Amino acid sequence: MAELAQSDEIPLASLSSGTTALLTRVGGDRAFRRRVMELGLVPGSAVQKRQTAPLGDPIELEVRGCRLSIRRAEAEVVWVKA
Amino acid sequence: MSEPSPRPLIALAGNPNTGKTTLFNHLTGARARVGNYPGVTVERRVATMSLAPGQPADLVDIPGTYSIVGRSAEEQIAIRELTGLGGGRRPDLVVLCVDATNLVRNLYLALQLQELGVNLVVALTMMDEARGILPEPQLLGAALQCSIAPVVARTGEGVPALVELMKDRLATPDPAPRWRWTPSPGLRAAMDRVRDAAPAAWPKDDALALWALMSVTDVDELQGVPPEVRAAVLGGGPSGEAIDEEVITARYRWLDEHIAPALRGPPERSLTDRVDAVLIHPVFGFVVFLGIMFVVFQSLFAWADPAITLIEDLFGAIGGVVATSLPEGILNDLLVNGVIGGMGSVVVFLPQILLLFFMLGLLEDSGYMARVAYLMDRVMRLMNLNGRAFVPMLSGFACAIPAVMATRTMERQRDRLLTMMVVPLMTCSARLPVYTLMIGALFPPDRLWGVLPVQGLLMVFMYLFSVVMALTAAWVLSRTVLKAPNVPLVLELPPYRAPRLRDVLRMMTSRASMFLREAGTVILGFTILLWALLSFPKDVPFTQDYEAKLAAATTEEQVAELSAERDGELLRGSYGGRLGYALEPVIRPLGFDWKIGVGLIGAFAAREVFVSTMGVVYGVGGDVDEESVTLRERMRSELRDDGRPVYTPLVGVSLMAFFALACQCMSTLAVVKRETGGWRWPAFLFVYMTSLAWTVSFVIYQGGRLLGFGG
Repeated sequence: MAELAQSDEIPLASLSSGTTALLTRVGGDRAFRRRVMELGLVPGSAVQKRQTAPLGDPIELEVRGCRLSIRRAEAEVVWVKA
Repeated sequence: MSEPSPRPLIALAGNPNTGKTTLFNHLTGARARVGNYPGVTVERRVATMSLAPGQPADLVDIPGTYSIVGRSAEEQIAIRELTGLGGGRRPDLVVLCVDATNLVRNLYLALQLQELGVNLVVALTMMDEARGILPEPQLLGAALQCSIAPVVARTGEGVPALVELMKDRLATPDPAPRWRWTPSPGLRAAMDRVRDAAPAAWPKDDALALWALMSVTDVDELQGVPPEVRAAVLGGGPSGEAIDEEVITARYRWLDEHIAPALRGPPERSLTDRVDAVLIHPVFGFVVFLGIMFVVFQSLFAWADPAITLIEDLFGAIGGVVATSLPEGILNDLLVNGVIGGMGSVVVFLPQILLLFFMLGLLEDSGYMARVAYLMDRVMRLMNLNGRAFVPMLSGFACAIPAVMATRTMERQRDRLLTMMVVPLMTCSARLPVYTLMIGALFPPDRLWGVLPVQGLLMVFMYLFSVVMALTAAWVLSRTVLKAPNVPLVLELPPYRAPRLRDVLRMMTSRASMFLREAGTVILGFTILLWALLSFPKDVPFTQDYEAKLAAATTEEQVAELSAERDGELLRGSYGGRLGYALEPVIRPLGFDWKIGVGLIGAFAAREVFVSTMGVVYGVGGDVDEESVTLRERMRSELRDDGRPVYTPLVGVSLMAFFALACQCMSTLAVVKRETGGWRWPAFLFVYMTSLAWTVSFVIYQGGRLLGFGG
C-alpha cells in the first residue's frame, strides 16, 4: 500500500489531542489493519485523538464511543482528514 | 471434547469486557471444569447449567474476542468452538454477550455469527448502564432478526428470561445464514474458489470461505486448515488487504445504517472520564500506579508472611506429632520429611497465589489493568512485551510461582511464554536467605567511603543484577526462541466498573485449586524424590561409633553436637551427597566444592533450603537460619585440601550469581509445566537458566582470579 500522504490528509499521530477527524485510510501490517478496522476504525468513521500516554506512547483514541489505544508508530500509518 | 453427549452444548461468546464471565457464573453457578485448549495456553471452561429441572446443558465459555478471524492459534479458538471444526462438537446454540453501552462495535461479531449461520441468542448485557440510550430490545431484535434478552449480569436481572429464550431457540433452532451485504464480483469469485476447493471434511460454506480468505496468510499459525483451502486462498484474486477493507467496511456500513440511528445518544462515560483524568494523568497517574503496585508487591512480599509462617508451623506440628507417634524408621521419615513436608511446600504457596489473584481480579474487572498496560507499555516494550506483562514481572520479586500463574492476564501465547521464561530470573524472596548468609559470612560490615554499607550495597546490586539479566534474557529470547510475527498493540480502554466480588473470589479459588491439583502433585513428587536422594542409603560407613558415643554422652550439648556430626556424615554419604561429589568437576571452575554441590541439590526443593542443607553438610545441624553465627563461622573456617579457605568473597559473589540465575526451584518448573501443558518449556527454562548461571559464575570466578581477587 502506498503510504504517501494525499494533499489534505495527515497521520492520526499528528492530530492534536482532543481533535476529531474523519478517517480516510488505514495502512500498516495486515493483522494490525484488520484488527483496528474490526474495532470500528473503518474509513469514513469519525475518530477523536484523546491524549498521549504519559511516557509519550501509546496514544488514546475514541471511535464509535469506544476508547482504544494504539502505538504512535502505528498511528503514523492511519490517515485522517482534519 | 469430541465425545458425544446427549446434553445440548451451548457456547457463550462475546467481546472482552462485556460481562461474559459474570453471566457464565450466573448461568452455571456450580464449579466450572477447566482445561487447556490443545496447543495453546488458553483455558477452556465448561460448566453444567440447568435449562429447567432435569434439563441440563453444557455451557462453554469462549475466550473474549472481537472477531472470528485471526491468524494466530489462539484467535482460531473462537471459530473452532463455534463451528466444531478441528474435531470438536458444533454447539447447538450460541449465546452472544453484547455490551449494550457499546452496541455497534459489539454487534460486529453478531453479524459474523449470523453469516456463519449459528443458532443465535443475543444477551444484551450492561443494561443498567445503557438504559436511556437503547432502542427497545424488540426493535433491535427485529432489525437484527434474532432473539434478544436484556440482562444485568451483575445482579442476575433478566437471566431467567434469557434461559427461557435459550430453551426456545434450542427447541426451534434458526440456523439460517444471514448476510447483510453483497460481496463484490472479485470477492464473490474468490469465495467460490475457496469454498469449492474445500475437501469433504470441511463444510462447503461461504462464511467459512470468507474466514479463510481473511485469516490464512503465508505467516499464520493456524492449525488444521486443509492444504487445498490454503492453496486456494493464497492462489491469487483480490489482495488480502482489499478483502479485509471491503468486508469490514460493508458490515460497519450496515450497522451504521440500521443500528446506530436507533440509539438515543452516546453512552454515559462521565465517571470513566473523571477517573481517567486522575489515573492516566502524567503525574497523579503514576503516583496512583506506584501506590497500587506497592500494595500488590507488599501483599505478596510481606502481608502473606503470617499465613505462610502459620502454614509452615502447622505442617511442622503435624510432622512432629507423626514423628513421635510412629516408631522411628524409614516410614516415619518418609511420612514426616517426604509426604507431610512435601504437602507443606505446596500449600505454602497458597497465601501468595490467593492474594495475587484477588488483586488481579480487582485490577482486571475494574478496568484498571488496561490502564496499567497503557501507562507501562513504553517500558515493557523494551523487552518486546506489552504493558500487561508488568504485574507478573513485579510479582516475580516476591515469588515466581504466583507470577507465572499471573501471565494468564496476557492475551498472546507468545507474550505469556516470554514472561514465564524471564520471571524466574527476578530476585524472589527465597533467594534472600542465601544472599544474607553469603553476604553476612564473607563480607565485612564496613562502609564504603565511610558512608555506604558494603553489605547493603551488595543486596541492592543483586536486585539490579536480576532486573538487567531479566531484561537481557527477554530481549534475546524474543529475537530467537520466541520470535513471533509482530502483533501491534491494540488495546481497548474499557469503562471503569465496580468489580463483582463473587466473580473475583470464584476465579481466585479456581486458580488455587488448579494449582493444588496440577502443580501440587508434581511438587509433592519432586519433594519425595529429593528426600529419598538425601536420605539413602542408611548404611553409611561412619568415621566414629556414634551410637556408643551418644550413649556415653552426658550433656545435651554433647548429644546435639554428635547427632549433628552424624547427620552430616549421613548426608555426605547419601545418593545426593555422592551426586554432589560427582558434580564437583562441573562446579569446581565456578569456585564451588562438592559440599556446596550437595547444598545446590538440596536447594532444588526451594532456594532457601540451601541454608539448612549447608548446616547439615557442615555438621552444625539443620536448624540453622541465614543469621546463624555458627554456620557463618563454620563456613569461614572451611578449608580446601590444600589448606586455603573454601569461601572467599570471590566464591561468595560467584555463588550468589549462580543463585540469581539458576533455575533452582522445582516448584517453578512444576507451575510452568502446568501453565504450558507439557514438559517442553520447563525443560527449556531449566536448561537455559542453569547454563546462563554456570557461564556467568564461571566468568566471575575465573575472571576474578585472573584479576588477582584470589579464590
